[in-house]
Amino acid sequence: MALVPSSSLRHTRQSVESALHRKDRGGAGLALQIALLASVLITLLVLFTLLARVVSEAMPVITNRGFEFLTDSIASEPEKSGVWPGLYGSFLIGLGVIVISIPLGIATAIYLEEYATSTSRLSRWLVINIRNLAGVPAVIYGVLGLVIFVGWLKPVTQGKTVIAAALTLAVLVLPVVIITAAEAIRSVPQGLREAGYGVGATKWEVTRDHTLPYAMPGILTGMMLSLARALGEAAPLILIGAITGFLPATSLTGKFTALPILIYRWSGLPTDGGEVDWPNVAAAASLVLLCLVLFFNVAAIALRNRFERRRVGT
Amino acid sequence: MSELSPTTPLTIDDLLGDRRRRSKERRTQVLLRVAAMVSIVISVLILFVLVRGAINFLRAIDFDVSMLSDTGWFTRRDRYDLRTIVVGTLVISAIAMVVAAPLGIGTAVYLAEYASPRVRNVLKPIVEVLAGIPSVVVGYFALRFIAPELVDRLFNPAKSQNMLVAGLGIGVLVIPIMASVCEDALRAVPGSLREASYGIGARKSSTVMRVVLPAAVSGIVAAFIIATSRAIGETLVASMASGLDGSGKFAWRPTDPGLTMTGAMTNAAGGTDNVAAGASFEVLFFVGLLLFLATLALNFVGDRFVRRVRQAY
Repeated sequence: MALVPSSSLRHTRQSVESALHRKDRGGAGLALQIALLASVLITLLVLFTLLARVVSEAMPVITNRGFEFLTDSIASEPEKSGVWPGLYGSFLIGLGVIVISIPLGIATAIYLEEYATSTSRLSRWLVINIRNLAGVPAVIYGVLGLVIFVGWLKPVTQGKTVIAAALTLAVLVLPVVIITAAEAIRSVPQGLREAGYGVGATKWEVTRDHTLPYAMPGILTGMMLSLARALGEAAPLILIGAITGFLPATSLTGKFTALPILIYRWSGLPTDGGEVDWPNVAAAASLVLLCLVLFFNVAAIALRNRFERRRVGT
Repeated sequence: MSELSPTTPLTIDDLLGDRRRRSKERRTQVLLRVAAMVSIVISVLILFVLVRGAINFLRAIDFDVSMLSDTGWFTRRDRYDLRTIVVGTLVISAIAMVVAAPLGIGTAVYLAEYASPRVRNVLKPIVEVLAGIPSVVVGYFALRFIAPELVDRLFNPAKSQNMLVAGLGIGVLVIPIMASVCEDALRAVPGSLREASYGIGARKSSTVMRVVLPAAVSGIVAAFIIATSRAIGETLVASMASGLDGSGKFAWRPTDPGLTMTGAMTNAAGGTDNVAAGASFEVLFFVGLLLFLATLALNFVGDRFVRRVRQAY
């Protein structure tokens, strides 16, 4: 009984009394159900309007340019502009996230779940800290990247380059990787670990050979989500100086751009009234970004659903 | 180990295993601990960078607090009216929450209480797809659809990009956050509460409105707070659609162009020449610190509410 808030008890009693004494039933219930259904439908309508808008505005670019849009460089006319430099930048950023934040995030999650005793002050601080990091706005990571990766680490990153961008976004998604990996590791049945210890394996051996393989689907889900997040994020890139003008070539240590930065730039350009205009190019770039990001998101959702279904059976 | 015989008793050394495995275990532990420390280092660096920059800014304006209030935000003239960007942020976030809160809560209640498992299996991934849409694409949508097709037609504002457009865009962006945190809270309400309510004859609507929702209220409050924090920190939609390009007069009417804290930050960093000096650049850190503290406080309170749900059940 102590579990039930007294307010719910009171409400329960009231609602039961009124339900028993009321003549007309269902009117309020129907209204509620309609209101709920309406909110679901509006949400879906927003999603479909957004997708339809992007696709319809991107259509002229797709029909006129096809795959050339993916391989062309940025130009001063919308008819000739392509997203290649953006794809290149986004690819390197994704690579940086995989190389840096995934091993680091998994290691942190292993430490939190397997090694740190959950009552120690250190691990409590770690958990609070990671949760807070997950809520820090993306621009703030941009400020961090601007000072640390562009400024202090200039000998390594060569200033405002794609390396600094990749490092910044790797830091940005680190909390996501840690939180999802820790959740996956926590869901591994304790019996599996005890069986390992029972035959004399060390903690690391149990973790490496039993816990991690079992938790892998969950960890992969986190990886996909963090990749999707990193590819779509633009705010930190604006701060650390991704450029939106013309790029001579794609390079590691020169000026760089990324897919979301191109969309940001092209959306704001004045229209010139041609058949293929800046908004169309921006929409086509959005479509490319959406395909990439949604691919990773859908993969993550599918993976998690399969994973959940399997667990229910065991 | 091999010379074990029934007569020699086992020692601790026999049970510990061989030395190579033990030292590897120790090394791994140290390595993992170092990895875990990285996240603490990141937090310390964020705070250090922001505080140092904020102090530099205050020094650059000679601690002249009068520069922090004026008729608007004009960094080129060294006028940093905090009221302009704070009110701009609040107006836009408020509009976003007016849109996102009812839609998010409604969707969550429908998913958790009304939808059949089959409908839910279809709807939930769709809402998650919405959550995955990058903010820059929503910014594009705000500029190309919300502004011309909705706001221009309904409100006929002086300028097509304004705080209402940005607020609606951010609202679209935070609906899924609102919905998913709320749904978690609703699903954490134990079934026995619903069954007790049905058992004494309550209808579905009474059960939802008077039993489930009150029991999940702290989770719903948490969702609201977390979504607000996200709306305040959102950058792309705000700087694309709110109508001011880095400077402007104080405004509070939703149909006026406005400036957010995040918009002011991107503009301070992306000035024409990137000679990183002077108050008009350092203000980036000052505003960043304010934003950081605001979202930190909100997330902290939101987290407390989330944990209250977990503890109760």
